[in-house]
Amino acid sequence: MSKVEFNKETGPREVFCGLTSIVWLHRRMPDAFFLVVGSRTCAHLIQSAAGVMIFAEPRFGTAILEEKDLAGLADAHEELDRVVNDLIARRPEIKTLFLVGSCPSEVIKLDLATVAEKLNKRFLGQVRFVNYSGSGIETTFTQGEDGALKALIPLIESSDEEKLLLVGTLANNVEDRFKKIFRNLGISNIESFPPRQSTELPKIGKNTKVLLTQPYLSDTVRDLKHRGCEIISAPFPLGIEGSTEWFLAAAKAFKISELKVHEIISPLINRAKLALESHKEILKGKRLFLLPESQLEISLARFLHNECEMDLIEVGTPYLNKDLMKEEINLLPDNTKIVEGQHVEKQLDRVRESNPDLVVCGMGLANPLEAEGISTKWSIEMVFSPIHGIDQAADLAGLFSKPLRRNQILTSKTLVTH
Amino acid sequence: MELTLWTYEGPPHVGAMRIASSMKDIHYVLHAPQGDTYADLLFTMIERRGQRPPVTYTTFQARDLGGDTAELVKKNIKEAVERFKPKTLLVGESCTAELIQDQPGALAKGMGFNMPIVNLELPAYSKKENWGASETFYQLTRTLLKEKVSPSEKISPLRWKELGRRPKVNILGPSLLGFRCRDDVIEIQRILSEQGIDTNVVAPLGASPDDIERLIDAEINICLYPEIAEASCEWLKRNFGMEYTNTIPIGIKNTIEFINEVHKKLDLPLTNKKELENKSKLPWYSKSVDSNYLTGKRVFIFGDGTHAIAAAKIAKEELGFEVVGLGTYSREMARQVRATAKELNVEALITNNYLEVEDAMKKAAPELVLGTQMERHSAKRLGIPCSVISTPMHVQDVPARYSPQMGWEGANVIFDDWVHPLMMGLEEHLIDMFKHDFEFVDGHQSHLGHTATNTKDILNSDEKKENNPKEGIIWTESGRAELTKVPFFVRGKVKTNTEKYAILRGIPEISDETLYDAKAYFS
Repeated sequence: MSKVEFNKETGPREVFCGLTSIVWLHRRMPDAFFLVVGSRTCAHLIQSAAGVMIFAEPRFGTAILEEKDLAGLADAHEELDRVVNDLIARRPEIKTLFLVGSCPSEVIKLDLATVAEKLNKRFLGQVRFVNYSGSGIETTFTQGEDGALKALIPLIESSDEEKLLLVGTLANNVEDRFKKIFRNLGISNIESFPPRQSTELPKIGKNTKVLLTQPYLSDTVRDLKHRGCEIISAPFPLGIEGSTEWFLAAAKAFKISELKVHEIISPLINRAKLALESHKEILKGKRLFLLPESQLEISLARFLHNECEMDLIEVGTPYLNKDLMKEEINLLPDNTKIVEGQHVEKQLDRVRESNPDLVVCGMGLANPLEAEGISTKWSIEMVFSPIHGIDQAADLAGLFSKPLRRNQILTSKTLVTH
Repeated sequence: MELTLWTYEGPPHVGAMRIASSMKDIHYVLHAPQGDTYADLLFTMIERRGQRPPVTYTTFQARDLGGDTAELVKKNIKEAVERFKPKTLLVGESCTAELIQDQPGALAKGMGFNMPIVNLELPAYSKKENWGASETFYQLTRTLLKEKVSPSEKISPLRWKELGRRPKVNILGPSLLGFRCRDDVIEIQRILSEQGIDTNVVAPLGASPDDIERLIDAEINICLYPEIAEASCEWLKRNFGMEYTNTIPIGIKNTIEFINEVHKKLDLPLTNKKELENKSKLPWYSKSVDSNYLTGKRVFIFGDGTHAIAAAKIAKEELGFEVVGLGTYSREMARQVRATAKELNVEALITNNYLEVEDAMKKAAPELVLGTQMERHSAKRLGIPCSVISTPMHVQDVPARYSPQMGWEGANVIFDDWVHPLMMGLEEHLIDMFKHDFEFVDGHQSHLGHTATNTKDILNSDEKKENNPKEGIIWTESGRAELTKVPFFVRGKVKTNTEKYAILRGIPEISDETLYDAKAYFS
């Protein structure tokens, strides 16, 4: 392991909670509905984080707790029953309904597992109910997906068939590319989790080899292990290097030669390197500060340093699972400063002191930093854009080079803001 | 429990944030878990603010709940006070903290600070954003001025005469995330100044705690946005005898009425009564023959109470529309909206459910919708033109140009904003008439009824044209399949680039790999 500096920080945080992941999860599984049991804050959070108004009736919503629900718990269960009945009557096409716990529902100890169990009996054969928590007191941003996937595992049937299981939400086009490449490598039985339809869950067992596409799935990984799955240890498929190592690790697990892998992916690597060139020109030697949010930060830092030659000032992450991240950490340059957790004020002090060329941060901080003359990239775009794989390496670099390029065009560094 | 797919208003603590962020030298310590910081982006992204909202979130976690969350609150208060040195501190809780009952306000008051501390109790499970803003502004005003209350001394609206100076007024209610507040304030100050009336304080927007303490230097208060300021105006009236205005100066009639009301309250003679009619272009534009086609246009109105009521009056009396629907999401304004609806012979719709609004809109079959950004979407689905008149705020509601709703210029803006979508509607009609002419190609449509172009159209569109330079190139099945996965708005460009690349390289068949080769080549 490279000599990486680990730090922990606590204090006020500027991050999203796990409910935010509903924004991409509901798009991944169009036959599922996500019902948050929470407050008006939860409802407002999801609609604000999604950043858009709704263009039709959405497949997520909030059962907003009211004062009368807080008075007695028995009431809350009945009320939730009523809301679910209304919802299913209105949306009969829904096949899976996720009951999503929130900060208030966790604090009043609303037992969503029991509610889900009862509803499963009542709607047997029509709708499946699963529950997980996306609360801010337990989860940060992408951990919501970890919770949702973990909640689906008990529904998965067992099978000893040998297969490659890609775990973590990917953009559909990226997923298709990956599957094609794996087929070319000679791996034919490939499935994804989460699937594109919530009812088409892959079967798993001792011959299932799990390849993670996202770094934030600690709990899911643990439960997949319990079900006998083999977890392939690899960096994550961001950038050329990460993707190459990722394909190699998968190939090794399926006893496919390295030579074969190189034969298949070299043309991809060559054109990706070509495409990366113009971005590298801009990013090279620029100093980068990553604030914590998505848990993608370590992989992004590795890509931006190793392939785009950026200098790393600080790599923040909301949570660090050293075991899951060991292959990534190994690829980081020596003396990389990783900070787990956040004290947003102290961290912003460090941002200002270090005078970075680019800061990766949440939307609440981006414009204030821009107003101070510091270029930023919003981290939420990383989870909404297709950035995985060799063919997307230049697009990924482009997310970071664009603000710098823009900054070069608009030369004035400090503007009066209104 | 209420099923909510989308909400017009946020929780009450977001209202408190609107007050804190509107002001200077104030800091708000909010006892809240991580995630609640999402509210910062409402200010930094929608309002494009270059400063973070002055809010510290205590960020308690599940593991803190077994321990001492009160200590965590005190630690955050201490750090916030040391770092930001506010002149007044607001302390409150979001929905989850309300359940654990740490009473952060009381804790703060026990910490021995010299500055005034406002303890905000905003019931998150029964109240909403505008109520929270109103309550915060009221509590702040009360805290900063309560020691100056004297039972014997009341402020006379005529005091300016005794003092031998121009009359002074406060403009109360404008805040961040309020609809066009920034520009309304400028317009109203300009109008008052023309009448020889000075502005003492504008609050909360741009005010400091010192300014709040100066509120009583004015003779009367202008209650510009009752949703935010009425509670404070009422308290100032009760305790200091300060009169406040009831007329909202949106539209010509209301602006003139507002000027009259201010003059009457101050006992100031109105000398330029005749000029007032001609200060805005709206009356003449509305009277000009070109506007004949506006007569009796069916209009459906939904928004916050203040803007919805004003819109109904303008629509009927100043533009000659027929109001076929009126509603609000502001429960606090339900009574007034119902009264206005009754005058117009329609039934008021009071709801927070946008789907109900959409249903009502459909039934009313309007030719124009005046609503929030959500009604804009609903109207678009129904193919009805729409103009936005109210919060909740969208980045488009914070235009770069001067664009008030109030006063003379506000009336000009309203005329343009409401009438232009209808012009587009007419244009739509013309396009419909001429669409079979060869000059009209696919995609030549106005903003209405626009549907996403599908891949089939893109792949076939070239075939109609002569001299196709891309002749001879074949898209294989994998290439076509890959192209369908490209987002529709860039699909055309991707196709052209890939074909250009194929020609350049002499590739006769475009597969998915060619597409990616081209993508890499052009990036």
